[in-house]
Amino acid sequence: MKGNPELNVNRPKAHRKAEITRQDPSASDNSNMPQVKLQPTVNYSDPLLRELVSHLRENRTQLREVWARNILDAKLLSAMSKEEIFSEVTSVYDNYVEVLETGSVDALQAYARNLSERIIPRGVETDEVIGIVLLLRDVLARSLFKKYQHDFNLLNRVLDAYEPAANRIANTVAVSFVQENVRIIRQQQEAIRELSTPVLQVRERLLILPIIGVIDSQRAKQLTEQLLRGIRNNRAKVVVVDITGVPTIDSTVANHLVQTVEASRLMGAGVIITGLSSEIAQTLVTIGVDLSKMNAVGDLQGGIELAEKMLGYKVKSVDSTAAEVEIDT
Amino acid sequence: MQSPPNSEVRVEVRSTIDIVTARQQGREQAMALGLSSAEVTLVAAAISEIARNILDHAKRGEVVFSFVQRGSQRGLQVAANDQGPGIADIGLAMQYGYSTRRGLGVGLPGAKWLMDEFEIESAVGKGTKVTMRKWVKDENSQLNHSR
Amino acid sequence: MQVPILKQGSYLIASIQAVLSDADMLQLRDDLADKVGQFRARGVIIDVTVLDVIDSFATRTLRGMVHMLNLRGAETVIVGIQPEVAFAMVQLGLTLEGVGTALDLEEGLAFLNQKTKVHAKPAK
Ligand SMILES: Nc1ncnc2c1ncn2[C@@H]1O[C@H](COP(=O)(O)OP(=O)(O)OP(=O)(O)O)[C@@H](O)[C@H]1O
Ligand SMILES: [Mg+2]
Repeated sequence: MKGNPELNVNRPKAHRKAEITRQDPSASDNSNMPQVKLQPTVNYSDPLLRELVSHLRENRTQLREVWARNILDAKLLSAMSKEEIFSEVTSVYDNYVEVLETGSVDALQAYARNLSERIIPRGVETDEVIGIVLLLRDVLARSLFKKYQHDFNLLNRVLDAYEPAANRIANTVAVSFVQENVRIIRQQQEAIRELSTPVLQVRERLLILPIIGVIDSQRAKQLTEQLLRGIRNNRAKVVVVDITGVPTIDSTVANHLVQTVEASRLMGAGVIITGLSSEIAQTLVTIGVDLSKMNAVGDLQGGIELAEKMLGYKVKSVDSTAAEVEIDT
Repeated sequence: MQSPPNSEVRVEVRSTIDIVTARQQGREQAMALGLSSAEVTLVAAAISEIARNILDHAKRGEVVFSFVQRGSQRGLQVAANDQGPGIADIGLAMQYGYSTRRGLGVGLPGAKWLMDEFEIESAVGKGTKVTMRKWVKDENSQLNHSR
Repeated sequence: MQVPILKQGSYLIASIQAVLSDADMLQLRDDLADKVGQFRARGVIIDVTVLDVIDSFATRTLRGMVHMLNLRGAETVIVGIQPEVAFAMVQLGLTLEGVGTALDLEEGLAFLNQKTKVHAKPAK
């Protein structure tokens, strides 16, 4: 492994363990997650923190309202109604106090994920979410100022106990939100990719795969996988791959195209290629493909006609829009 | 912990049954890592070829599986070692259709094509080592795992 | 693990039940050769639905098997190659040239019916 200094090998079990600890925002392997600078330790058995918790419990109604008002004033969460904001604020507040009390962020994290899932589609942004958590931190800090202003020394100690816990909470919420956001974006990208290469069923046993745009190796693999699954799911016997919309391919992608044809055949489906430009045809010949074995037909229309013939339909008459067919008995 | 740190999963290859075992082991590892089912099959096919080469050309050897990490990328590494006759001309052996025993000659080039990375070291009279890796495709899987 | 071979009309159906070792594969070849002779089968379906991988050895053996059965007068079709398996095969550069393939058992039967019908027709 001389050539790969940054490659470290670890055994499967240790790896799985690392995955579990990833939940902990302070774990060191979160290199690609957004990190809020943390105070290293939070002592949850600190009596000051306990006192703090009961203070927050006692003033729940009032503090919650101040927080909600601040959110509205700051025009955060503008995509949500006042009532919605108030109800979410209540849950977050309670989860927040729970973290201070138990030291466990699990419930808050679960809630934050759930909340993110609901509000992301409505256009709530990351900075808004971080903003509201920071607002809560300030609201609570301010109430602590008020309560302990008679004793600066005590106030300082209370704040020292509170700060790291509050930061950890902010971090947890922010990370949950960003993770959820990334996940949703990925999902959407995936959906778009699927859409851009639909496998269409034109009639029973006949699929059309219109490929549009530039194909690279990755996309070619994806197309093949999709087509093969389509063949099984639709019980297709003939597939028309239309590459009219593909400007050019390199020899690697040409190889993939040939593989697509062969893999379909392994599953019992015949493939017809339509819209082969002379440039692509040349590439295929260069890599040693026997074009006569490829069932290449000029255009999609001709391809569908051939497919119908292969399926046992008889083409009666042809016009430019649709072929009228009847079943060959 | 049941086994010492940095240990790997290894499968001895001495008979054709071991090829099936190696494949199944590789399949499990690849699945645990979060590779897609299509990719798991690609990995299993590559393992099949490389393990078979050990049996066919070197009689015995082993296949070792481990998880690898490079930056934020995670992957499965499959290393096949033997102390067999070795390969005189690796360039030739990697050519599609080249075989010294009337095989199809697809094993080595095919495995390379199936995996993301493929390295081969061999010394005549000493043995052969093939190391291949498949990487988990996007950071997506990492997020999915932490959920 | 022996592969059961069923007789259905003038066809034989070998449906592989579990991942096969090389020895099982060769056994199947010999069994099919025997049974085709014994029953004068006109068609054979080999169902490989459960195979998780078809590597170069399996491909070579299947090809050899099919050619041998064809020579003995039985049309042979391989059915049930799964999408992922087909994908891995072509990436390895493996094809089943000259071998009939169909999606599943049902399609395999249709394939044989058509093939043997064509064969039975007197030449014009
Ligand atoms: N582990 C090994 N030890 C010694 N020689 C090897 C080993 N692996 C491969 N080779 C050599 O490389 C050649 C090419 O290997 P490859 O797997 O591509 O084809 P093959 O094994 O001959 O046929 P196929 O795999 O298609 O059945 C082999 O014929 C053999 O000479
Ligand atoms: Mg080989």
